[in-house]
Amino acid sequence: MSVVQSSRVPSSSERSYPPIGWLSTGALAMVIIGGILMASYAPRKAPLGVATALLVAGALLLLSAGVLLVNVKDFSRTTFLKVFKWAIFADLVTAAMIEFAFVRDHTNGASLLIVTCMLVVFTLSVPTTIAFTVARYAED
Amino acid sequence: MTDTVKGIESLMSDGPPLERAKIQVVPLKGLPIAAAAVVLVTLAIAGNWQWALVFCHVVGGGLWTGIDLFVGLVLGPILGRLSIPARAEFSARFMPKMVIIMPTVVMMTLATGFQIARKMGNLYANSPNHPWLIASFCVVGVMAVIALGILEPANIAVLFEMNKPVPNGELIGRLMKRFIYTAGITGLMQVATLIIMTRVATQ
Repeated sequence: MSVVQSSRVPSSSERSYPPIGWLSTGALAMVIIGGILMASYAPRKAPLGVATALLVAGALLLLSAGVLLVNVKDFSRTTFLKVFKWAIFADLVTAAMIEFAFVRDHTNGASLLIVTCMLVVFTLSVPTTIAFTVARYAED
Repeated sequence: MTDTVKGIESLMSDGPPLERAKIQVVPLKGLPIAAAAVVLVTLAIAGNWQWALVFCHVVGGGLWTGIDLFVGLVLGPILGRLSIPARAEFSARFMPKMVIIMPTVVMMTLATGFQIARKMGNLYANSPNHPWLIASFCVVGVMAVIALGILEPANIAVLFEMNKPVPNGELIGRLMKRFIYTAGITGLMQVATLIIMTRVATQ
């Protein structure tokens, strides 16, 4: 009795990928915790050391997701970019609104810089998670 | 436009594939309404316009809480008991609307809520409402991570899967399970929001 070896290419839903979605969601969680910390101290000055540490952790998680994303094989980059483009548009509006509220409330200096950087991580992490989740199951 | 794809029913039956219109993931008709909400919130914050701030916060918050509770605790369990084709058909009509509605009501609620809290002095450490507001920030933070990191990506992936010539029913079922569980969690967290906000309003 012979066994027929199948050389079938795995479908998109069967392929395994590095934890890009979890890393970008982790980055989002870090900046949300940082944002809660900054907001809970407003209008006083928040402890910038903790906020900076959370921002750096979020940025590193997002960077790791980006590096893994660049190196991932058998992945629909066309679908990723198509979804990313729409998602970042929506998140830019949200981030701009939050930035506007902080500026309007006279947040300035290092606090405003940290909030702005957190919003950058937020604006990139959410579209990354959404676009990766969609593109990992795309067939093209 | 006559762009059609085979219906999800084709996955579960032996008959010829049914055809239906391609799903529009982002309903463009809803964008002007979302844009109007953004303009109203911006004007309310820029002008410290008390009525508009409270209006946006109450309308946005009421819709956000109500939709989360209804979807999480009423629709979610019903969806969980439906067949995969039925769930998919429901999602095809329901989720594109949520893609526009939810970010809009969340933005309205949070942006104006922060301004109202600041104006009323609730953000000061000596305010009796301060601990309740911190609790509210934490609840919103957890809901944001769940909604933006798990729920929304799964919803959009379902819609893209359903637009394929031959959708994968098993994958749609798996992604929708994620939706059902996380919607239940956010529904329960909204109960906490109701308790916190009624405490803040009555202190």
